Amino acid sequence: MSAKTAGLGVGALAALVLLAFVPRLGNAYYLALAISLLQYTVLATAWGMFSGPTRYVSLATTAFFGVGAYTVAVLGEILPWPLVLLIAAALGAIVAAIVGLSTLRLSGVYFVIFTFGLTELIRQLVVWFEVNKSRVLGRYVFVDITQADIYWQLLGLTAAVFLLGWLIARSRLGFALRVIGEDETVATHCGINTTFAKVALFTISATVMTLVGAIMAPRWTYIEPSIAFNSMISFQVLIMALLGGAHRLWGPVLGAVPLTLLFELLSARFPNTFTIILGCIFLLIVYMLPRGVAGLFEKLSTTPGGKTTERVAA
Amino acid sequence: MSQDTATRVLEVEGLRRAFGGLVAVNDLGFAVGQGEIMGLLGPNGSGKTTALNLISGVLRSDAGTIRLMGQNIAGLASYRIARLGLARTFQLVRVLDGMDCRENIKAGLAFQKPHVPAAEAEVRIDALLDRVGLAGHDRRPAADLTYIDRKRLELARALAAKPRLLLLDEWLAGLNPSELTVGIELIRSLKADGITIVLVEHVMSAVRALCDRCIVMSSGRKIAEGATADVLSDAAVVKAYLGGVAADA
Ligand SMILES: Nc1ncnc2c1ncn2[C@@H]1O[C@H](COP(=O)(O)OP(=O)(O)OP(=O)(O)O)[C@@H](O)[C@H]1O
Ligand SMILES: [Mg+2]
Repeated sequence: MSAKTAGLGVGALAALVLLAFVPRLGNAYYLALAISLLQYTVLATAWGMFSGPTRYVSLATTAFFGVGAYTVAVLGEILPWPLVLLIAAALGAIVAAIVGLSTLRLSGVYFVIFTFGLTELIRQLVVWFEVNKSRVLGRYVFVDITQADIYWQLLGLTAAVFLLGWLIARSRLGFALRVIGEDETVATHCGINTTFAKVALFTISATVMTLVGAIMAPRWTYIEPSIAFNSMISFQVLIMALLGGAHRLWGPVLGAVPLTLLFELLSARFPNTFTIILGCIFLLIVYMLPRGVAGLFEKLSTTPGGKTTERVAA
Repeated sequence: MSQDTATRVLEVEGLRRAFGGLVAVNDLGFAVGQGEIMGLLGPNGSGKTTALNLISGVLRSDAGTIRLMGQNIAGLASYRIARLGLARTFQLVRVLDGMDCRENIKAGLAFQKPHVPAAEAEVRIDALLDRVGLAGHDRRPAADLTYIDRKRLELARALAAKPRLLLLDEWLAGLNPSELTVGIELIRSLKADGITIVLVEHVMSAVRALCDRCIVMSSGRKIAEGATADVLSDAAVVKAYLGGVAADA
């Protein structure tokens, strides 16, 4: 076990070092693609960290991504970059905690609808504020950050997310979430504060999403609410995590990589019918792979005698 | 059994809960003393499970007080009640199917306050596996267990927290005669450990063997209370059961 863990750690570190050299290839197209891949990998993994064990389907990814991006649009030129990121993370965490406390008592369907509505609500709030208070709609982002910088920051965040997920899976919080995922009534009778556990994880996951938005913001030189709060991101992340399998920490990345490549291709070739194709892909995934690629791997590697029951994703 | 306030582990007064127009529990009151086994009897649909759900915080009561060791727990979240020393099993067995037996029991003690140190937890889990007759099954997925073993595992999880009060909802139902004998002995040994028990049960031989006192419910109301032998021969009780579950199962 510990030898396996050590091996995994060394492997991950080696991959990280190798990936850190991508910007050195000097190919702008590959760098842009790599940024997209990392962006969706982090978003989908963060999505799975909460939704995997709790089975709550969140469409709020865009809301948090947008909060991060807009924080940069507003503060990016005024404050030092690390401070901007810190403020973005704090804002995301606060919004998530409030949303979590007020919605995680809702049952599944209401939660989905609420999180979708939340994105729109925050977007409209930003529009209202910009039009009435700051009297601008759309801002230029002039920060001294290169594409390579964005890539390295995302790579660092990717490493941090996997480390965090791994630690949570081994913590009492992770165990609590597994029990909640199995049977919430039993969980409460075991003395688990289920609301706290769910809000805590929702907040962690949302903070990561907010950071992705903040890190990505300098990629656009011009940001307006419809760019920062693009609902498409929520759906794409959902599809990726489900394709990969949200019940495992390493599941969502298996969906994020192929689908990012596919979406990149499709949106370039079929810009008008892209959303329809997206919908069809979504249906196919739900019908053919209810437990995602990760579930498929488990099925293939399961010995006839015992079932694979350990869930790494907390 | 003494009924001084000091020795009362559970005290219920004026408890009520309605589902729409149906009053499932109506003005229910009783007290259970330290170390006592209290039988909670009644025909199907008389409100026994609802009463346990109210006491353990799964459902909120419309009215009434519930005191656990003197503290009013009505309206408290389930997890808080659990941490105050109440554990239960469910009429329809609830185990964590995606986990092995060891993890199932661990769930019962991992979230208690004060925190149980890891080493002690392992010792306790082993002892519990042994006690309920699941020794050697610790790495077996709960989903693979037989019906009786699932019941055993559920009880072990409830016991893991070292509860003061244990609510058993038809834990002995569906056992064959030899399993029943073992089950009765197991519950008796819990009493010997000083655990106070509320036992919802249709198996009358078990009720006779285990319960110090009983209350009988019918249509949400308490219709009889007293020493087990007296209650079981009560005319009103016999009438309530007529056409329902036979006097012995
Ligand atoms: N969640 C609920 N919603 C609506 N009605 C309910 C609910 N739970 C219980 N009831 C009703 O309340 C009444 C009491 O049910 P309860 O389960 O407490 O009975 P019981 O005494 O445990 O019966 P049994 O011996 O069959 O287990 C029944 O008429 C039942 O249909
Ligand atoms: Mg019942």
